[in-house]
Parts: sequence; structure tokens; C-alpha cells
Amino acid sequence: MIDFIQNQLPTILYITFCVFSVLFGLGVIFLKNPVSAAFSLILVFLNVAGIFALQHAFFIAAVQVLVYAGAIMVLFIFVIMLLSVEHVEKDWPKKQAYLPIPIALSVALAGVFIYAILNTNFHITKGPYSVERIEELGGNITVLSQHMFSLYAVPFLAVGMLLSIAVVGAVVLAKRKVE
Amino acid sequence: MDLEFGSQIVFYAMLAKLAFVLIVLLHVAPIMAWAERRICSWMQNRTGPNRVGPFGLLQSLADAIKFIFKEDLVPAHVRKWYYLLAPGLCVVPAFMTFAVVPFGPIVEIQGVQIPLQVSTMNVGFLYIMSISSLAVYGIIVASWASNNKYSMLGGLRSTAQMISYELAMGLSLVAIIMHFNSVDLMQISTVQGGNLTIFGKELAFLPNWGIFHQPLAALIFIIAAFAETNRLPFDLPEGESEIVAGYHLEYGGMKWSLFFMAEYAHMITASGLVATFFLGGWQAPGAESLINLLGLNSEWSYWLLILAQVIAFWTKVVLFMLFFIVVRFTLPRFRYDQLMWLGWKVLVPIGLVNIVLTAVAIAVAAQ
Repeated sequence: MIDFIQNQLPTILYITFCVFSVLFGLGVIFLKNPVSAAFSLILVFLNVAGIFALQHAFFIAAVQVLVYAGAIMVLFIFVIMLLSVEHVEKDWPKKQAYLPIPIALSVALAGVFIYAILNTNFHITKGPYSVERIEELGGNITVLSQHMFSLYAVPFLAVGMLLSIAVVGAVVLAKRKVE
Repeated sequence: MDLEFGSQIVFYAMLAKLAFVLIVLLHVAPIMAWAERRICSWMQNRTGPNRVGPFGLLQSLADAIKFIFKEDLVPAHVRKWYYLLAPGLCVVPAFMTFAVVPFGPIVEIQGVQIPLQVSTMNVGFLYIMSISSLAVYGIIVASWASNNKYSMLGGLRSTAQMISYELAMGLSLVAIIMHFNSVDLMQISTVQGGNLTIFGKELAFLPNWGIFHQPLAALIFIIAAFAETNRLPFDLPEGESEIVAGYHLEYGGMKWSLFFMAEYAHMITASGLVATFFLGGWQAPGAESLINLLGLNSEWSYWLLILAQVIAFWTKVVLFMLFFIVVRFTLPRFRYDQLMWLGWKVLVPIGLVNIVLTAVAIAVAAQ
């Protein structure tokens, strides 16, 4: 039992998270009810967070849930529910004449990707931060913040400025008087 | 062999901790329902439920039996799948948040260290924020699936309220983790032991609790905790006199009582967080010297101290939950614009100022 939990359970969980994230990803595309599609997207984010957590990247996992599943998708669902776009599905034409074009494009893109992946020599070099090393240095947040506030301080501040500008811009656009 | 023995202890300790926390969280709803009604009646000079069992204690049991045997009704006009999903979505995040709250110190059994908290993630604080940000889905889904105007209004109110106050809560926690220099809740509880020490000066008559170090953060966090748990004076999502019962208007029987359980689970989690961040967590001031007075041998006094600390934690939680109840029957409900004004124009600026003040204090203390 203990052996199972320590050795096999992480693998099983990993496969489960992967399979479900792909399945719900398909759900985002193919479900006709927009609310169901949005909920599939939330489940994709949660499964991806699970994959991150299994890799001991707890910070990314927590931020994934907090920002994507907890904040952005709330707005999505809020808007979908308020506009009641769930009735839109009835107006969609059953047959779409232009369908062959996106299919051809996606197949071509997938072909390019597969070709590229098959013809690349992957030199995997491990970074300096293994799971043990991060534990040694005092956890994900400590390591991340030390980098963010020293080596990457200027890019970090620049991103902060960019986001503030975006917020101010959104407020200005929203407050503009309609003539 | 030794390693195997260690992992076995860790495994069984994990099962025991899980069972303990789950049992506590599941039993809090009936006990709190009884306490809430009795305290309410005491405050309003009434009798309250006093017929079933001693002091009416079995009233909750009778209610539970009633809920279970009620017809499991699904109204015809609801979106069925989401309608059935919503109570579960409400309960799960409420239970999950408690996983990182330490209810006791790190216990050492034959050289194996076992922290008395379910999960020891090194991002404790972010885990709390992320799971509590998921709590809003249960309410949104319930309100939307019910296909009812009043439910929808309740859902919209709760979404706006929870998102607004999450921000203030996060800002107050930033000041806290800056002050304690850790995001790990166990670490935060550990450093709150001993006497109050401010700028190197020790005050012998006060414990070294977060509320004395960070009174502003404590105020913001407690107000935000009331808003996040949808308790009065922030119960606009339910607001009986305005929107009948808000998001759970169309629910009955056991499905309704799941919402009820989620509310109490949120309350106990919020109380646990307040206790951990501001009331010293499992620190029991004076317990160690009292136990030393008894003159027991070292092993006995070690375990007695741990028992005292676990009891101290749950005492703080229970006291704060009683505070929740007393506030509910003391303050009237906010108006919606007052709610938004308080959240965005009062708590968020105070939180930002508090972060700056904390940073200045840390810089001054470091010199």
C-alpha cells in the first residue's frame, strides 16, 4: 500500500491528469453549450495545475489555479451567463461550406510539427534547480522571489508597469462618453 | 529497515490526520447550527430549540434525518446537470482549504518528524488564495443553473463581493508574510511563540501573536473573512428580505444542507486562518511553564504540551466561530454600494498602505 502510494500513484495521477486535460481540451472545442465549454476550460486548467504540482512546481500550480481558473474564467463565465449566449448554438448552420479549409490547414500544421519533432535532436540539459535543490534553498517561492527581485528586477517591474498601463487604458476606454 | 519504518509512520500519521480533520469539518455543521440557534435565541431573549435531547443538542440530528428523508426534488425549469453539480462545487473547496492549516506543532515520533497539518506544501499561502478563489464557482453555478431571477441576482452579488474582498484579503496576507518572512503556515505558527517582541523590546505580559504585530492586517483579514464566507453583515448573496434566499433558493433537502455545510466549513477554515495568522496558531502561552510545574518526566510533559497546543488551536477556532455568530446577530446587512465602497475604497487602500508601512518597519528594524 505504502509502496503503491510512493511509487505508482504519481505515475497514475500524471497519466490521469494528462488524459483528462486533453479530453476537456477537446470538450472546449466541441461542446456546443458555451457554459459547458468554459467549464471544460476550467477543468483543463485544473488538470494542468495537477501536472505542475506532481512535478513539485507548487508555485506554478497555485498560480495556475489562482489566476486562470480562479480569476480569468470567472469573468468568462460571468459574461457568458449574463449575455445568455447559450441559445446561440441553435442559430449555427449545420453544414459549413468553408470547413475543408481549416481542416486542411490544421492537418498541414500538424504535419509540420510532427516533421519538426521527428527531425530534431533533443539535447536535454538540466537546469540548476532540481526538486532537491529547491527544497534545500527554502522552497519554490523563496527561489523564485530571489531571482525576481535581483536578476530579473527590471523585466519584473516593466511587466508590472505594462499591466498597470493596460488597466488604466481599460478604465479610460470604459469611461469614455459615447457621443 | 529504518527508512521503511519511518515511511510507515508517516503514512499512518497522514491517514490519522486526514481522518481527524475530515471528522471535525463534517461535524462542525450540525454543532454550529445548534450553537447558532441557541446563541441567537439567547441574544434575542428567546428560548431557541430546547426540546430534542439535553439543551436541544439533538435538534441538529433530527434536522439531518429530516433532510435525508426529504424528497430529492429537482425543479422542472432548472439546468439539471449543473443544478446537481453546484452543491458539490460549493463543498469541495471549502473542505480543501483546511489542508494547509496547522492544528498542532511538528511532532517527533522516534526520530520521525510529523507536522500536525494535512499537507505541507511550501506555497501554503498561495494554496489558500487559489482554492478560495475556486469557491465562487459553486455559487455562480447554483445561481445560473437554478434559472431564477432571484438566484441570478444572488449569484451576481456574491461573485462581485467575493472577487472584491479576495483582493483585500490577499493584500493583508502579503503584509503578514512580509512580517513573518515565510509563506509556510507551520513556520508562521512557530515564530509566534514566546513573549511579544517589537523592535527588539520584549513585553512580558503579551504573547508574540500576529494581531499585535499587524493590527491593520488583522482588521482587513477579519472583515474580508466575513465577506468571503457570506456571513452577516455581508450576506447579500442570500439577503432573505431582498432576494428571498439568493443562490440556493431553488434547492431543498440534502442539496440545500450541502450549501449549509459549505458555509460552516468556510467559517471554520476562516477561523483556522485567523487563528494561525493572528492568534498564534497552536501556540499556548504559559502552557509549557504550567506543565513543567507538574514535574512529570520528559516524555509525558512533551506529549502533554502537544495536547495542550492542539487544544489551544481548537479553542481559538471555536472562540472565533462564536465571534462570527455574535456578529451575525449584532450588525445589520450592508447596502450594496456600501459593500463595494468598503471593499474597494477603504480596505484595498488600507491594505496597500499597510504593506508600505510593513516594508518600512522591516527596513528600519534591519538597520
